[in-house]
Formats: sequence, C-alpha cells, structure tokens
Amino acid sequence: MKVALLVFPGSNCDRDARVALTRLCGTAPLDIWHAATEIPGDTDFIVVPGGFSHGDYLRPGAMAARAAVTPALVAHAGRGTPIVGICNGFQILTECGLLPGALMRNASLRFVARDVHLKVERADTAFTSCYRAGACARMPVAHMDGNYFADDETLARLEGEGRVAFRYVGCGDTLGPANPNGSAHDIAGIYNEALTVLGLMPHPERACDRRTGGTDGVPLFQSLIEWVQ
Amino acid sequence: MRAIVQVRLKEGVLDPQGKAIEAALASLGFSGVGSVRQGKLIEIELSETDPDAARAEVGRMADILLANPVIETWSVELAGK
Repeated sequence: MKVALLVFPGSNCDRDARVALTRLCGTAPLDIWHAATEIPGDTDFIVVPGGFSHGDYLRPGAMAARAAVTPALVAHAGRGTPIVGICNGFQILTECGLLPGALMRNASLRFVARDVHLKVERADTAFTSCYRAGACARMPVAHMDGNYFADDETLARLEGEGRVAFRYVGCGDTLGPANPNGSAHDIAGIYNEALTVLGLMPHPERACDRRTGGTDGVPLFQSLIEWVQ
Repeated sequence: MRAIVQVRLKEGVLDPQGKAIEAALASLGFSGVGSVRQGKLIEIELSETDPDAARAEVGRMADILLANPVIETWSVELAGK
C-alpha cells in the first residue's frame, strides 16, 4: 500500500492523518513536501491534510494550490488516483480546480470546533464503500472557512450527478445546529465528476480511535484501502 | 509604476463580513447605511513602465492567483511613482 501525504508550510493535521493511515494501512504514508515536483507514479491514493497552509493568506488554500507539487497532484487526478482533501485540503482542491465551488467564511464568522453528524449520501465510491448508504457518521469539524458555495447551476449538477458525498444532518443526540457553517445544501463534502476526488470539511482522521473522538472516520480510509487492493 | 488591484465578491455571493460591518455601523448609530460589501485591495510595485504591458501582466496575476473566479471579480488601476 503506497499512500502519499502532502505537507505544506502550515499543515497541522498531517500528523493525525499519518497516525491513522499508518495504523490502518500497516505502513507509514510517504510525506510529500509542497516544493516537490513529483508524486510517485505507483501511489495508491493521496491525502491532502488539513491545517492553515501558508497561513491562509489571500484565501485559504490559494497559495498551496499554486505550489510546485500541484501539477503532479492534478496529473494523478487525471489518471484516476483517488485523492481525498480534508478541511484545508478540501479548500486546496477547490482552489486548484479539481473540485467545483469555493469554501467561504463561516456564516457565523466564528471558528467552529466541535463534532457534527454527517449523512453518507452513497456507499458505492472509493471513499465510502465501508459505510452503509444513508448512515450517520460523527466526526469533528475545526474550521473558519467551511461555508461551501457554488452557483445554482453547479449545485444542481452536483445534486443531479450524485456528487454530494456527505451532508450535515441532525441525528440522535443534539450537538448544536446540524449545519455548522452555513454551507449550501448542507454540503460537508463533494466528489469530482469521476468520483475519484473527494473534498470534505470534517476530519475523519480525528475519528479513528475510540479513546479520542470515536471511530466513524475509519470506514473512509478502510474504503480506500479496499478499493485500491 | 504601481498597480492597485481591487478584488470584490461577485454579486449574489453571500458576504458575512460585510453583513457584520453593516450591523456594527448600525449599532454605532450610523443611520442610512444600506448594504455593505467587503473586498480586498492589493498594491503591487512594478518595474514595468509601459501601462498596457503592466495592465496585462497584473491581469495575469489576478487570474492566476489574486482572485478566485468562482466567487470574486477584480479590477486594476495603475498609478505613477
């Protein structure tokens, strides 16, 4: 299993992702520093972790999306290598055009750090085959800019093509407003057209141990591992 | 030559920061304030001296990095030294 983990100046969820991936894959992911111009061709899947790449200057993910490593990331996406961008990773994937729309400032103008519930919209993708379709997963969010925006036409296309991956929902115990950031259509995560690129604001890598926040993030990485085997 | 790039949110894109400024102005007693929109202003010192070339160069900068065309529009003004 060869997993590439991109690391930018200001990434801060790469360690959590590394711990989760190492435990689930049995081998440590390969760290790819942003200044690298290559991601090995035999990489099974790529994780773009969360954090505050380049201090969120200009726009979250804007600088990272123009990094030296980005053309290699885009090339892998073109070949169908599964790519998951988490939180700032999601912002980077929209900024470099691999996913449509943009992540805007939270409607509350507050940083939100708490658990949310997510509805798994479909369970037939590289990222969700180990979930049950319609399942409710609990994961933490921690972001200032998670308010998903796209024009009406794009939203209609995402909905029509089944490209909403995860949606904020209220289920079971109350955690606060279901939608933590005001995102359009309660979108927490979306796919690209080929369903091989996923971006999501919640943190599955922080939900991979029952002692620290539950295990509802495990099926996402497990799905990827089974998908590429 | 100095270029001043203004980046604005597109019409129809919700601007929570503008809304917060609007509410703050109202609470400070400024009546007659309609809607408020917040944008960005980026000043760039250029070695280029030809205005057309400068404008084209800054346009490329805006397209590639300074603005996100999904949510923003930009305009550029040139100023002398």
